[in-house]
Amino acid sequence: MTDATAGPQPQLAPPPQVPPRPARSQWWDVWRQFKSHRGAVVGAAIFLLIIFAVVVGPWLWPHDPTFINIRARNQGPGLAHPLGTDQLGRDMLARMMAGGKVSVAVGVTAMLLSISLGTTIGVLAGYFRRLDNPLMRVTDLFLALPLLPLLLVMVALFRESLAGRFGPETGTFILIVGAIGATSWMQAARIVRSAVLTVKEQEFVLAAHSIGTRRRRIIFRHILPNVLSPIMVSATLGIASAIITESALSFLGLGFPPDFPTWGRLLYDAVDYLQQYPERVIWPGMAISLTVLSVNYVGDGLRDAMDPRIRGR
Amino acid sequence: MLTYIIRRLLLAIPTLLFISVAIFLLLDLAPGDPLAQMPLTIPPEVKEKIRLALGLGEPMWVRYLLWLKQFFVNEPLHIIANMTGWDVASDAQRVISWQTRSPVADIIAQRLPQTLWVVGMSYVIGVLIALPIGIISAYRQYSLFDQLGTFVSMVGFSVPTFFTGVLAIVIFSVQLGWFPSIYDTTLVVRDWDSFVLQVRQMVMPVAVLSLYNAAQISRFMRASMLDNLNQDYVRTARAKGLSEKVVVFVHVLRNSLIPVVTVIALGVPTIFGGAIITEQVFKVNGLGQLLITAIYANDLPMVQTLAFIFAILIVLFNLIADVIYGVLDPRIRYD
Repeated sequence: MTDATAGPQPQLAPPPQVPPRPARSQWWDVWRQFKSHRGAVVGAAIFLLIIFAVVVGPWLWPHDPTFINIRARNQGPGLAHPLGTDQLGRDMLARMMAGGKVSVAVGVTAMLLSISLGTTIGVLAGYFRRLDNPLMRVTDLFLALPLLPLLLVMVALFRESLAGRFGPETGTFILIVGAIGATSWMQAARIVRSAVLTVKEQEFVLAAHSIGTRRRRIIFRHILPNVLSPIMVSATLGIASAIITESALSFLGLGFPPDFPTWGRLLYDAVDYLQQYPERVIWPGMAISLTVLSVNYVGDGLRDAMDPRIRGR
Repeated sequence: MLTYIIRRLLLAIPTLLFISVAIFLLLDLAPGDPLAQMPLTIPPEVKEKIRLALGLGEPMWVRYLLWLKQFFVNEPLHIIANMTGWDVASDAQRVISWQTRSPVADIIAQRLPQTLWVVGMSYVIGVLIALPIGIISAYRQYSLFDQLGTFVSMVGFSVPTFFTGVLAIVIFSVQLGWFPSIYDTTLVVRDWDSFVLQVRQMVMPVAVLSLYNAAQISRFMRASMLDNLNQDYVRTARAKGLSEKVVVFVHVLRNSLIPVVTVIALGVPTIFGGAIITEQVFKVNGLGQLLITAIYANDLPMVQTLAFIFAILIVLFNLIADVIYGVLDPRIRYD
């Protein structure tokens, strides 16, 4: 990339106390482009705020999400309980923070799982020509599966046995993360494969080959860093879709157990009291929507920032 | 063209077989006993007999092949028999729901119209909204309309239907009381009044689903239009003095509809999956709700059949998308 966008720089004896402008690297460019995408910056700020709230919030907030105070049930928003209390008198704010922790944790973990699966399959299919056809056929087959029905069936069938082995919370967590991860890697695999196919034909890979670099080293050293941008974009979008899927499962009653709040579960529980206390539906729904919206905006901004054709415009 | 279609059709068969194996194995290997719901007072030897009568004693591959035969031979025969009155099926074993003891196909036939009405209507409306929005926001890129459209579609894409649906219920049926919050399936459209009632109860589910569909399709339409608007042939068309209307609606629109049409076709089956949630929110007793209740009741034949029907829909519409793409874009056929 040429330096045309940097503008004319005064070459006349720069004052020594001003630190030199940092060298332009790829990531510096990406960051600069990312900053100029207003939606992405706002999205990133909101997402960080939500993560901060659900991670640090429970320490600062004195109420316990599972503490039942039947005398204070069904309270509206007030000083003691800013978001009110539920039908058992549990503090909604504490439950929202606890639920958010689980929802975000599920989203991030499932994304990590599906991204590593997708990247592995994509790199293998793109780099090794013999594996390409079978792996892509498998990917197509997975894409043809009815995912939401299968997820529901998987959760319904394996919930109890896993809950028996790892305890209700950890078991459901493992099950839901595993199920979401196992059914959402296909897009990433396709994107990574096509990126690998273009990168591996370039001269520096040939050069690495010709000096006798091992295949594994070529993949980790030369291929992976160059396909990082599509991976990061689909990772970001993967968090959003994983959070939505988890909430959908919880909303259908096939997610986490009742006394273990997640945003989807809170929404599901609140639907029964829709007529009397509609605000209880609004809080978790807003939280899910805001998180997903902000993550999607970050993904959008990242995609623009990582695309060298758009960058520098 | 014919060979192209035949090749695609042949490719669909192993896909369907794989999916059927996957669905069968998932349900077969899962822990959990289909007889778990039976009363504990049944003596073990009787229970064993029930198990054998249900065919659970056979080896797995026998059960799989029998299931395939039931699904692909017996059920279609019965459906033909019911429709025409011919006695082609006689008393071939049908897929029986463990919940209701009636053939699965009959229950599905009862539930299908509700799903088709709500889901189909919302998809059609979603497409009809999405296409103009996509065209205008691409043509006036970065205008106020485009920015607004981008934001609305981002929201429509990000806010899950189980929240928009519940929100719609809170606002329009609890606060304002305009629409009923529960879909009444027993309503028969006989006269004008019942028609109005039917429309009123369909408004919210259809609106919620079409917002979601429109959000995705309008993005595709916009991107595809943008790809084409900057092409050389558009400049040529303008240079030779064609009116702007002709350039946009004949030259650009036709070419940019090619990928969008396939996306629309590919989206149809996912809509059935997504409708599971909307049906649950508005208590529409369609296929999605049937699946949920079957899962809760551990009704394996019903779950298998429904999951497989969803899979067939996906494969079928993938096929349709491929064929449409081949028809619209001749370059694809000769690949």
